Amino acid sequence: MTQPVVEVTNLRKTYGPKVAVDDVTFAVRPGEIFGILGPNGAGKTTTVETLAGLRRADGGTVRVLGRDTQRDPAAVKDLLGVQLQEAALHDKITVGEALRLFAGFYPNPADPDELLALLDLTEHVDKQFGRLSGGQKQRLSIALALIGNPEIAILDELTTGLDPQARRSTWDLVERVRDTGVTILLVTHFMEEAERLCDRLVVIDAGRVVADGTPSGLIADLDTDRTVVVRFTDDAHEPARAVLDRLAAEHPDVTGVAEPNGVPGEIAVTGTPRVLFAVVPALAAADLVPDDVRTVTRTLEDVFLAVTGRTYDQDDEPAHAAEGDRS
Amino acid sequence: MTAIAPARPSAGWRGFGRLLTTEAKVWLRDYASPFFGIVFPTIILLGVGYFIPGMRDPILDAPPDSVWYGLTPIATFLPTVLAMAIGTAALTVMPVTVATYREKGVLRRLSTTPMRPQGIVASHLIINIVTTLVGIALALVVAQVAFGVPVPTQLGVVVLAAALGLCAMFALGMLVAAVAPRASAANAIAMSIYFPMLLVAGLWTPGPIMPELLRQIGQFTPLGAAAQALTEGWFESGFPTLQLVVMAVYTVVLVPLAVRLFRWT
Repeated sequence: MTQPVVEVTNLRKTYGPKVAVDDVTFAVRPGEIFGILGPNGAGKTTTVETLAGLRRADGGTVRVLGRDTQRDPAAVKDLLGVQLQEAALHDKITVGEALRLFAGFYPNPADPDELLALLDLTEHVDKQFGRLSGGQKQRLSIALALIGNPEIAILDELTTGLDPQARRSTWDLVERVRDTGVTILLVTHFMEEAERLCDRLVVIDAGRVVADGTPSGLIADLDTDRTVVVRFTDDAHEPARAVLDRLAAEHPDVTGVAEPNGVPGEIAVTGTPRVLFAVVPALAAADLVPDDVRTVTRTLEDVFLAVTGRTYDQDDEPAHAAEGDRS
Repeated sequence: MTAIAPARPSAGWRGFGRLLTTEAKVWLRDYASPFFGIVFPTIILLGVGYFIPGMRDPILDAPPDSVWYGLTPIATFLPTVLAMAIGTAALTVMPVTVATYREKGVLRRLSTTPMRPQGIVASHLIINIVTTLVGIALALVVAQVAFGVPVPTQLGVVVLAAALGLCAMFALGMLVAAVAPRASAANAIAMSIYFPMLLVAGLWTPGPIMPELLRQIGQFTPLGAAAQALTEGWFESGFPTLQLVVMAVYTVVLVPLAVRLFRWT
């Protein structure tokens, strides 16, 4: 395995009696998008702020590019780009001025014009920060994190408060940035975002790592059950249910048949990963043509449920996201 | 800590020139800040000179051998206006800017870059000191052109008083900037200091007509001491030792205090 670019070992951080980070360990490899996923208040932001040298740890070690950022926070600032949760610029500074200003702080800055193009900000170069939309502010914030030509970029809750379309284009952007060779440490409370973007991730809950691995690996490790949902019109529903019930009784790959409430006419068939192969020929033999067939995919939400015993209900409201994560 | 990370002493200030010019440019877009620092004292000078009756008539009711005899009241008001110029940007503009940056997370954002957040504080110290000097110059020119104020009797004392007053007021402003968590708090603290300061600096009772009790109290405040030392140097022949020492002490005590108490977030 290649040498990790970020190594966090048994990190602990408390604020008075409150334990923000209890015990967090992970390592990030060069060139990957590494996710820190967890509900608000789980300790994600504290973790990255500590590894960036912005906060003092109470225990554990933090190494970024081989350097101890607790002992010498300035050592990696040239090579670490950070996008903080809140946008933070003077309302009257323009996009171009902000980029050139930040470029001046670094020894080998990126070309501001190239970054503007990469982040679709070229047409807004003369716009003042206070007049940018939420998505534009986020993109500028990412641009500022990248202006120093960093080896590692920390992106903290970068799509919070964005509409779904802006969120998706921001995800494309993060992948484009990774393709330029930057290692990305992505902090998020969106399961979907982590699943879509991260090569590997840790799930943090109440200051501890509760799961780590690749998104697909974590999901695959859950269990081996698969579910196929078929939907029939009213007249075909009864005979189909009968065929599938018989199948469940006889076929080794099929373990259960249920009618989940919700969509009328839907029948859910559960079994081994080969359940689909059992369902399709049985329906074909009876000439029962479903209106719709879909397989139920498990997500990281199921992983979270499995490791914490709690459902992951985070709402998408910016107000909620803003209050919790300082802790 | 290892050979890979050689110490670069200049790293924390790389890009400071760009920071200073960008901050100055952006700051000028907030018309209120430059206006208060530069124009406000002169407007007060013109307003008092032209709208209060008798301000431009020579003082003839003072004893003929006193330094005040034959001067115009508006001339005796000039040290107050200069003190005001010294205190306005330092106390009402700079702390609010720094507190706004703290509140909005600009200081925090900067601390993630190789630039020290001290850089932005330093840039606003420079911007506001320059503003103050421009404000003083404008007041002096207008006082000369509009009211024919006489030249100082002791130029050295005037310059020393202005310089120490500037140091003391910026030290006080830095202390407010250091501790105010939000712009609104900075503004409230600054204003509750600024107006009493203007009182002891003689905005309502300049130079010779200041009541003795107010003068006694005022000499122990930075702006009161500045106004009194400026008055002494401009019109009289004594050396304002106490006032100059008071301003020096404020500077020496408040600057380390501000540095110690400064909060970046």
